[in-house]
Amino acid sequence: MSAAPGRPSQARTSALKGRGSLTKRWSARAVLSAGGLLLACAFAWGSARGAFAIAPPELLRVLWDLLHGDTQASTAHQVFASIRLPRLLLGIAAGGGLGLAGALMQGLFRNPLADPGLIGVSSGAALAAGITIVVGLWWFPSMPRALGSWTLVLMAFGGSLTVTLLIYMLAQSGGTTQMGLMLLAGVAVNALASAGLGFLSFMATDEQLRNIQFWLLGSLGGARWSSVALVGTIVLAAGAVGLALARPLNALALGEAQARLLGVDVERVKRSAVVVTAVAVGAVTAATGIIGFIGLIAPHWVRLVAGPDHRIVLPASALLGAALVLAADVVARTIFSPAELPLGVLTAFIGVPMFLLMLRHLRER
Amino acid sequence: MSVHVVGTVAMPTRRSVLQATGMVATAMAVPAIAQTAQPRMPRLVTVGGAITEVVYALGAESQLVGTDTTSLYPAAALKTPKVGYMRQLSAEGLLSLRPDVVIGTTEAGPPVVMDQVRSAGVKVELIVADHTWAEVQRKVQVVGRAAAREAQARDLQARLDQEWAQVQQTVATAKGRKPRVLFILSHSASPQVSGTNTAADAVIRFAGGINCMTGFEGYRPMTAESMASAAPDCILSSNQSIEAHGGVEKFWTRPELLLTPAFKRRALVTMDALLLIGMGPRLPAAVRSVHTQFQSFA
Repeated sequence: MSAAPGRPSQARTSALKGRGSLTKRWSARAVLSAGGLLLACAFAWGSARGAFAIAPPELLRVLWDLLHGDTQASTAHQVFASIRLPRLLLGIAAGGGLGLAGALMQGLFRNPLADPGLIGVSSGAALAAGITIVVGLWWFPSMPRALGSWTLVLMAFGGSLTVTLLIYMLAQSGGTTQMGLMLLAGVAVNALASAGLGFLSFMATDEQLRNIQFWLLGSLGGARWSSVALVGTIVLAAGAVGLALARPLNALALGEAQARLLGVDVERVKRSAVVVTAVAVGAVTAATGIIGFIGLIAPHWVRLVAGPDHRIVLPASALLGAALVLAADVVARTIFSPAELPLGVLTAFIGVPMFLLMLRHLRER
Repeated sequence: MSVHVVGTVAMPTRRSVLQATGMVATAMAVPAIAQTAQPRMPRLVTVGGAITEVVYALGAESQLVGTDTTSLYPAAALKTPKVGYMRQLSAEGLLSLRPDVVIGTTEAGPPVVMDQVRSAGVKVELIVADHTWAEVQRKVQVVGRAAAREAQARDLQARLDQEWAQVQQTVATAKGRKPRVLFILSHSASPQVSGTNTAADAVIRFAGGINCMTGFEGYRPMTAESMASAAPDCILSSNQSIEAHGGVEKFWTRPELLLTPAFKRRALVTMDALLLIGMGPRLPAAVRSVHTQFQSFA
């Protein structure tokens, strides 16, 4: 990414270098350490809690054995190594990807209420998943067994990329991407996708309807090592590109014309932000279903304590997003144990009140 | 709780079925994992109302450590730990009950979770649901084998087969016209009715009726006009659905029903949903009852 010669937030630059900032906001180091600490706590909590009781001493022994490559056959080992640990790691990848993408979208649209769903990533994935669940049976008669495996994941991923591309193309006008047009195109195409889902629900059998419904609510329950590896790699790669957009996004915060004057290739920033979001959120959503509101809340919380500098907001949103998803998932898998509450229900329960508070907060400003 | 074997690692929740030979067996067995120490009846988790019913019919309820939310009969099954809805199970949740076998129909899932449970060393038995009498037989067989009660299962099956043969005989020798039947699963804006290839379709046939909706598979919403052209002599539905609709009186005020032959005689057969379309050990009784009521409306 081209380095922006103008630095819109000199104060935070010094904070980034470790010297104390004079503003009342937290320093970059403090914010990132707090985020890391929260994530570590959520991870520890998630490791220790679960429907299958593993006492702390036993857990330590399991961890010790795992670190030494000693895979024993005890049920506690099995549960931790093949069910709980991949689930925690998928939670980190999902929350990190959603948090980062949320921060990118809010920076790109210069609106704290923006969300990755705005550019059609979630609805595209949902529509493709719905098509696979309902119509896939005609293509592959063995579909019910394959559900939840790669067919569905790849279709959902493809769907999210396709719909995002469509919205991006609709927003092209005179060689530039019109953000206002993109917003409207996003709303329209999202409505179209939900109509498509409605039609699929009408076509669906009772069982398919249930599958679509649960898919829409999101869950980390299908976590396997293979999905962790795939989603983790994609989110890490997208995250690396996303973090490099911090400076140009800071310039963009001053307005597109201003950013251009500062030497930022605005079109390239927009394209990169959209691609990073589509790839990261698409991969996450394909593996977990729709987990709402994380991308909306995490960046907003971070900005409340850290201010608007994207060099802090982007990584801290990823950390906070991961911590939030892990914590919500602990509740999701233990509150009705041995049954499981869909994760999306919980994130919405937390997310909607947060969203309303944000609206009030913005109005008061 | 009964006596624990000396030398085994006591599992507090385990119902130890201690036999005289158990004492001797412990001398031989390594006590590290209590499961293998002595003959112990397998612990079962059932996913699906009919399968849970079979467990109770075999007297194996003491081995039942968890059921799903569709297991509503007998009433005691409501008090067992609930593993959630049968299509959205949790791997850790299932394993936390420390079952030896999880028994469900092929509808149980998601498949990833069933694989995880399997890979943790728990046996998973999935029974194919094809809406036939053989499905009920398979349930009895599989539960009998999984619960290590094969002799009881054979007895139960013989009894059920005999009962079934009698019911079929009664239906086959019934005189008069076969009634055209419409099964209504639920009412929202428009009623969800049963096409072919459902348990409801099978029950209508078993009880000597004709399903008047044959143009599609599964359950679909239906318009008032196609309801009239289907011309059912009789409506079949579940108690739950009629109650959700506010009772029988309210049910007959639905405008789309006015145009059907069934409306004139208020021909409605209702039964508990699990009894009627659960395809469990009570199927012969359900079919007999439905058949008798069909006869009165034919």
